[in-house]
Amino acid sequence: MYVAVKGGEAAIANAHRLLASRRRGDASVPALTLEQIAGQLALGVDRVMGEGSLYDPELAALAIKQSRGDLIEAVFLLRAYRTTLPRFGYSEPVDTGAMVIERRVSAVFKDLPGGQLLGPTFDYTHRLLDPELAGDHPVAEPVRGEAPSEKALRVSDILAGDGLIEENLPSEEDSDVADITRTALEFPLGRDARLQALARGDEGFLLALGYSTQRGYARSHPFAGEIRIGEVAVEMVLPELGFAVCIGRVRLTECQMVNQFKGSAKVPPQFTTGYGLVFGQAERKAMAMALCDRALRAAELGEDITAPAQDEEFVISHSDNVQATGFVEHLKLPHYVDFQAELDLVRRMRAEHAAAQATGRQDIATDASREAAE
Amino acid sequence: MSDEILIEGDAGFAAVAASERPLLSVSGLSKIYGARIGCIDVSFDVWPGEVLAIVGESGSGKTTLLNCISSRLAPTTGTVSYQMRDGRMGDVFRMSEAERRHLMRTDWGFVHQNPIDGLRMSVSAGANVGERLMAVGQRHYGSIRAEASEWLGRVEIDADRIDDQPRAFSGGMRQRLQIARNLVTEPRLVFMDEPTGGLDVSVQARLLDLLRGLVSDLGLSVIIVTHDLAVARLLSDRILVMKEGRVIESGLTDRVLDDPRAPYTQLLVSSILQV
Amino acid sequence: MSAQIATDAAPAIASYNFAYLDEQTKRMIRRAILKAIAIPGYQVPFASREMPMPYGWGTGGVQVTAAIIGPEDVLKVIDQGADDTTNAVSIRAFFAKVANVATTTRTMEATIIQTRHRIPETKLSAGQVLVYQVPIPEPLRFLEPRETETRKMHALEEYGLMHVKLYEDIARHGEISTTYAYPVMVEGRYVMDPSPTPKFDNPKMHRSEALQLFGAGREKRIYAVPPFTEVVSLDFEDHPFEIQTFDRPCALCAAENVYLDEVVLDDSGGRMFVCSDTDHCEDRRAQGHRGEMAGHPLETAK
Repeated sequence: MYVAVKGGEAAIANAHRLLASRRRGDASVPALTLEQIAGQLALGVDRVMGEGSLYDPELAALAIKQSRGDLIEAVFLLRAYRTTLPRFGYSEPVDTGAMVIERRVSAVFKDLPGGQLLGPTFDYTHRLLDPELAGDHPVAEPVRGEAPSEKALRVSDILAGDGLIEENLPSEEDSDVADITRTALEFPLGRDARLQALARGDEGFLLALGYSTQRGYARSHPFAGEIRIGEVAVEMVLPELGFAVCIGRVRLTECQMVNQFKGSAKVPPQFTTGYGLVFGQAERKAMAMALCDRALRAAELGEDITAPAQDEEFVISHSDNVQATGFVEHLKLPHYVDFQAELDLVRRMRAEHAAAQATGRQDIATDASREAAE
Repeated sequence: MSDEILIEGDAGFAAVAASERPLLSVSGLSKIYGARIGCIDVSFDVWPGEVLAIVGESGSGKTTLLNCISSRLAPTTGTVSYQMRDGRMGDVFRMSEAERRHLMRTDWGFVHQNPIDGLRMSVSAGANVGERLMAVGQRHYGSIRAEASEWLGRVEIDADRIDDQPRAFSGGMRQRLQIARNLVTEPRLVFMDEPTGGLDVSVQARLLDLLRGLVSDLGLSVIIVTHDLAVARLLSDRILVMKEGRVIESGLTDRVLDDPRAPYTQLLVSSILQV
Repeated sequence: MSAQIATDAAPAIASYNFAYLDEQTKRMIRRAILKAIAIPGYQVPFASREMPMPYGWGTGGVQVTAAIIGPEDVLKVIDQGADDTTNAVSIRAFFAKVANVATTTRTMEATIIQTRHRIPETKLSAGQVLVYQVPIPEPLRFLEPRETETRKMHALEEYGLMHVKLYEDIARHGEISTTYAYPVMVEGRYVMDPSPTPKFDNPKMHRSEALQLFGAGREKRIYAVPPFTEVVSLDFEDHPFEIQTFDRPCALCAAENVYLDEVVLDDSGGRMFVCSDTDHCEDRRAQGHRGEMAGHPLETAK
């Protein structure tokens, strides 16, 4: 008697039923509400919106709940929903210079127009577990300050003018901005497509790559020129009106890395920038993105390409965690047909090997380099 | 040898005309990197069966020149034309990429200074030699292997090494394997970049001897870059001397080495040959 | 955006277009399919969408099927040749839900067959479409990892490297040791990956009456073999392509010259070999063919 490796519809249905029960957990404990998730696990929600490429805290909270807190699974849920949405058009570029700032720090100036603003940061907290948080103790009202009187210029705007930093010229008027969700990527990418891919890239992957550049694998001498978090207006030109109107606000994290650059055959010595822009409050991701962006500009700036972080095909092809998790996890699917073919081959080769050994020939090499199952 | 893309012209006409025309003709070739000069305003011809040595110190522009004429590097200005097998002259930089790549794996060879750059290190010696044959459409394993085996013999590599990877070979053997890999399609023109550089003196001598034999047996045209005037003396018919990107003297090898005219050439000859 | 959270968000989300994808996307995919049919074996880039199943689980095949399926179609989905493997069940249920189409396990009755890793044993006929799920569409990928370089190799028909690999196989093992995803030359022009089907199935692609479409979702490529196209497995004249052979018939239906799965019966080395194509096997048993273990009960996973 044997059990065929064949699951029926009943097996799948039962598995999903068990999953639903495990997701709910102990039924005597109240279920999480989406408000609780969006309000109290806000940075998880932000990460899911960023990597899911959909700005909707409510749906992101639902995805986190549905995925039992598995954020990559939540990103996947959001993406699979996003892809079905009709596309009405593209917004105007958002003006991060006009951001309503909640946090803004620069490591390259002691003080600067608009000031340094710490905002809601883990920085300088001591990482001691706080037993009070196990309960529901009242929290003090946050202190409110005066709105800054001067506009918080972006650091790149401050450094521009005397040619110390490269100019970020807009691309040609009539050239459309790439849309990696609507057209297939074709390497080499433009910087627009690359930044889009990085913006939805896996935080952990980009963090590791950015870190590798700091440890000498394509060292870029970065300074955190500026990190700002806050809300910006999203404007769209409505054909019926013929001018741009504000259709809502989104919270963004922007990071401008300023990198030393000695100049090359193509470019004079000046500071260059790496850029990061992410939905929500996602400082680590924005900084890692900026480091990767700068590393990936090696070819454009005439630098030698020697490290993984500079290799566009390598970085962009492997940064999407929805793609990565799918392909890694597909190894769970049955592969027995191909395995059968390999079994057959290995058996035959072993028989030949044994025969050769018996006749005294020692030189049959076995090929250890078989590719992994696909 | 398989030769599908090149169309045979009028054989009689081509045979007569071909011997009266250079195999390769370089005209006004310059390569400039920003403010730095690679090579400047170089013109010369190479005739069928001729071995031309380009000599000079490191940094004189000889490798840049070799890379330009072998179409591995685009020149800033100038032309390189090549007499195709049908006798017609083709402008190397105006050819389609397909045509150029076909030329590079059939009628041309390129021997790198470091054999790692010219071999597939994780593929057997037999496949290294056979690759070009397969690339031009040979599909008979036995005859590809026989031809690879024959070429290994011609470059003095034991037949029983045919299934070994070049990483198990000595430097001299790797270089000989690289030469066999290039010659298997019987090219008419071979570029060599310091082919004996990095080898022991005794290994160098053996390789030079082998090269000289192959060049005369096959009637090859060769453009060889070397800083070693002894190599140029042994192999070449004619010499170009380069300094700071320019050709400062050229002529028959014996004449240039025995009676150098440019002061720089005199310096080179005196400093090397009298050691 | 709005800070207000509606707890009844889910029902609004649950409305999807026929066959899941929006019509714009379907048109984009159909354009890619048409181009692929026009250039047999050529990998057409397309703007692959995220699908509600993971990348690597058939998203390319699902998108191709979603783009071509109509309400009148009859869909069959197989994985490893079987209709009842979990992923096949899941994809079939997906289309039954989002496209409300009839499904079948019978090869003859299907208008569209989506497959992973097998081609049905029953010869396909004109009007049928076989949709393959493809993990790595690039046959040169493991010889050259760079897309920019492999594109050039295809454009210039520089396939010498492919034969170098086959040469090495023979030099080492005395035979070509690729057993699945065995590369083919399509219509004398493009080298193509047939997806990880065992090489046993390669001859079925040659001059097939059915249209064969290949979708690679993660890698964003679609390619096609139109009906009656030459599909030749790469080989050497003196080491011709050969398919696997089994030295016994199916233990259930006694079929010969079909691909068999090896099933472990007990922990003392007992084995039985049965058809990988479940429909073919059932069909034969219904016609009265009996293998040596035909009475054996089959248990299903719970």
